[in-house]
Amino acid sequence: MKKYLSPDPFKKARVAHGCAHMDEQNDPVTMILRLKDVRKTAHNWKTFHSGATPGRIVIPSEVNIRHTRQIPFEVDPPLHGSFRSLLEPWFKRPLESAYQEKLTQQVRALVDDVLEAGKIDVVEDFSLCLQSRALTLLLNTHASEADTWIGWGTHVFRSEDDPLDGDKAALLYDYIDEQIKASTPDPEGNLYSVLLSAEVEGKKLTHEEIKGIIILTFAGGRDTVINAVTNTISYFAEHPESLVRLRNEPEIIGRAIEELLRYFAPLTQMGRVVTDDTQVCEHAIKADSRVSLCWASANRDESVFESPEEVILDRKLNPHVSFGFSHHNCLGATHARQIMRVLIETLIEKVSSIEIIDFEENVESLGEFERKVGFHQLNAKFNPH
Amino acid sequence: MAKITFITQDNIPVIVEGESGSVMALAVENNVAGIDGDCGGVCSCATCHVHVTKEQFDLVSEASEIEKDMLELDDDANEYSRLCCQIDITEQLDGLVLTVAG
Ligand code: HEM
Ligand code: FES
Repeated sequence: MKKYLSPDPFKKARVAHGCAHMDEQNDPVTMILRLKDVRKTAHNWKTFHSGATPGRIVIPSEVNIRHTRQIPFEVDPPLHGSFRSLLEPWFKRPLESAYQEKLTQQVRALVDDVLEAGKIDVVEDFSLCLQSRALTLLLNTHASEADTWIGWGTHVFRSEDDPLDGDKAALLYDYIDEQIKASTPDPEGNLYSVLLSAEVEGKKLTHEEIKGIIILTFAGGRDTVINAVTNTISYFAEHPESLVRLRNEPEIIGRAIEELLRYFAPLTQMGRVVTDDTQVCEHAIKADSRVSLCWASANRDESVFESPEEVILDRKLNPHVSFGFSHHNCLGATHARQIMRVLIETLIEKVSSIEIIDFEENVESLGEFERKVGFHQLNAKFNPH
Repeated sequence: MAKITFITQDNIPVIVEGESGSVMALAVENNVAGIDGDCGGVCSCATCHVHVTKEQFDLVSEASEIEKDMLELDDDANEYSRLCCQIDITEQLDGLVLTVAG
């Protein structure tokens, strides 16, 4: 079997029922599997809300390891919109040419390194480095900070034997506390300084609010970007002809990015808490229970996508939900898309082929389903032109 | 060649000219405020939402099911809404006026 493949475990349940049940830390989840239902539910924030106990809409639940509310993620409209208005211009900076030039330099240097290195682990030695260095641009902090973040390893909340490691999470939270305390307000500075000088609805942000925004920037943009980059490398390793095609037809790079994101869905699902007794695709759901928006399943919905199991690089109509949908759609999407673009452009230019040596898949256990979301390890060798 | 006018949220008309490609790409090239085109035109982001006038709605083709499904959950959508990444520029669009949705 091809190593890049990300099989769709939800198909049967999606077609037959549209929903599935998942037990999780005594707080069960009804998973919503069809694209239309996922979109409708994401849009209906009044019944399916995000502002529950911090950590509860995340699956697996982080209620026991986090008390800080992540912002704007765990806030509902209208306050949600006020935070988005503050943050959106900052998170659009990846569209600026100076930002793109710096990102290009980072990726080129990294690809040069792995071309020289021989065998590498794509996850640790490539994706994690790329993600961490690129994050210094998004936060506008010193480039050397990336070394600290790389030192934390691939998972901020997970360790070898514990999918929710409180000690590892504390490392991140303490680091962020220190960074905020050491920063001074400056609307032209790094993200900490900008937030220290900002106001939302006429009030300065509290330390806890700033912390909630920064935690989200670290946590939301880490595993997701690492999965996107690692899966993309595994795909090109087995499809060298796709690199050639993208070199000859650079105008389809945008579509290729969206298609790789659709197919790999780097974030499998996200939860909501139901405020009133309600129904989803004819299944009754009780107030104060959890549902999940299963982006990975919605992206394979056979009633919408033609040949959903295939990667079609120039797929023209591609209404995927890898970045979520409606109010809470991904704030980091501009940055993530830019990373994917620069990555593909750099591979096209410098790399002729990638050989996979061995690998260990990262498989999530989701009730009755097992979903491969990426790799724990992907040992490979990059060959130059 | 088609001359297309975008009326931005601040009620400022922006007149641009294009020959081919999508209306969204033309708007992004010309920095039309409010048309971001985040997904590059694959109908996944709805950041290219415009309102056509009732009189000119015949000039643009009808939206596909996939586009209609996206618009259905957009609070600013009305019966003359389109995602302009799904409109290809042709001579026929000359004189089209589009209002950028909120
Ligand atoms: C390919 C990479 C990424 C994927 C697939 C992804 C996916 C998602 C998804 C599905 C959501 C919606 C969550 C919900 O509806 O509750 C989301 C929200 C969010 N993401 Fe991302 N993300 C990625 C990268 C990033 C990056 C790099 C950052 C920042 C560094 C980031 C920051 C955020 C934030 C702040 C939100 C919350 C937005 C809100 O609640 O208004 N993401 N992301
Ligand atoms: S540009 Fe994304 S839907 Fe039109």
